[in-house]
Amino acid sequence: MRIVVDFDLCESNAVCMGIAPEIFEVRDDDFLYVLDENPPESMRAKVEESIQRCPKQAISLVED
Amino acid sequence: MGTALVVGASLAGLHAARTLRLGGHEGPIIVADADVDAPYDKPPLSKQVLAGEWERDRIVLPAATEDLDLDLRLGLRATELDASARTVAFAGADGADGAATVAFDQLVIATGAAARRLPDTAGIAGVHVVRTLHDSLALRAELEATPSRVVVIGAGFIGAEVASTCRRRGLEVTLVEALSVPLERILGAEMGRVCAAVHVANGVDLRLGVGVDHLDTIEVGGESRVTGVTLTDGSTVVADVVVVGIGVQLNVDWLTESGLTIDDGVVCDASLRAAPGIVAAGDLARYPSARFDRMLRIEHWETAIAGGEAAARTLLAEQRRESAPVFDPVPWFWSDQYDRKIQLAGRPQPSDECVVVEGSTEEFRFVALYGSGDRLTGVLGMNRPRHVVQMRMAMEEGITFPAALERMATP
Repeated sequence: MRIVVDFDLCESNAVCMGIAPEIFEVRDDDFLYVLDENPPESMRAKVEESIQRCPKQAISLVED
Repeated sequence: MGTALVVGASLAGLHAARTLRLGGHEGPIIVADADVDAPYDKPPLSKQVLAGEWERDRIVLPAATEDLDLDLRLGLRATELDASARTVAFAGADGADGAATVAFDQLVIATGAAARRLPDTAGIAGVHVVRTLHDSLALRAELEATPSRVVVIGAGFIGAEVASTCRRRGLEVTLVEALSVPLERILGAEMGRVCAAVHVANGVDLRLGVGVDHLDTIEVGGESRVTGVTLTDGSTVVADVVVVGIGVQLNVDWLTESGLTIDDGVVCDASLRAAPGIVAAGDLARYPSARFDRMLRIEHWETAIAGGEAAARTLLAEQRRESAPVFDPVPWFWSDQYDRKIQLAGRPQPSDECVVVEGSTEEFRFVALYGSGDRLTGVLGMNRPRHVVQMRMAMEEGITFPAALERMATP
């Protein structure tokens, strides 16, 4: 699986970082960085929760 | 297993239905809502939708597009719960047909709240609230006609966001707040004053500590239309459009005769259970929080999702005769106003100590911690999302106020 963030939609609420800090990081510049675009299968539940909880619906998952 | 009935198809109800299905509930799941447009996401209604940037297709909830085999019934307003007969009576919303009685084995109460209106203003053209998609689109249509001035009554979060959106549209805005400091009950006086200053810095005519005496109207073609607002200090603000943001009224009328305890919400246990087989979630659920040592009723977006999920897990646990999980997260919300993002995690009391630990309130970019004794009760950020989420996570783990202050002091 591959994580795709629509950075035009993302407004750095940092919800995803709260759920999966291993993958998502909002830094001091207030921008979101995806630390691991191809996370292991074991992270799927957290990634899906991040997708559901993103207030801007900016995160999606692409199955490679 | 039987039939699960979810009354309310906004965030809490939809996520309850989703969790029931994904959690293994195989019976029918009926989801009913009075709003014919449901389900949709509400935060954009005062922002992107009102600004004309987003259309309705952009606010469809992701869970609404999943294949969950839900029996969605829209335009149905619940009128009465009979808890012993296990039925809910419905009427067609807005006079439409649809009277029906639906039997259930398990029930999720998620009817949320409706916008409070000013008394005696029904039917006056130009007077708006922002709660539903219908509300937002109706106000948007009036803003597109470029009114000379918009008066927003109430400087809570909805009023603040509407004022912000109107300013971004280039409109003149007067924001009226009955309290001398906006948001004081939520953020305390010091931070409330910072939020007030953000409005002034963005060109809003802010009137604090003054109420509405009456609306001024004229008759146009048999219709009454607002022309201004006369305030309790005797001044009149001329305006073509008035937006009322004075809080909400819980949609609990249908529960009055149910035997459930209704007291500033549907009173639940720590697993959001209101009665055996009956749970509540979202704006109207009131539950005991061990974390904050009091009853809480939270009107936040995130709490609606988490509460819906937790309420569904309680029903699933009942089906399996397991013990239900306790619901006691750290509540948090955000509000976007102008180019500022305000985020609050926790539940501070106005009397709590408040310490700015990062940035500066003059620059509207800072982090503040709230505490009472050793207890960390909240973290507020303005354009500081990283700090807020990190401190929220630390709060979940029970960090104390002194430890949080020390952590923020360490570079």
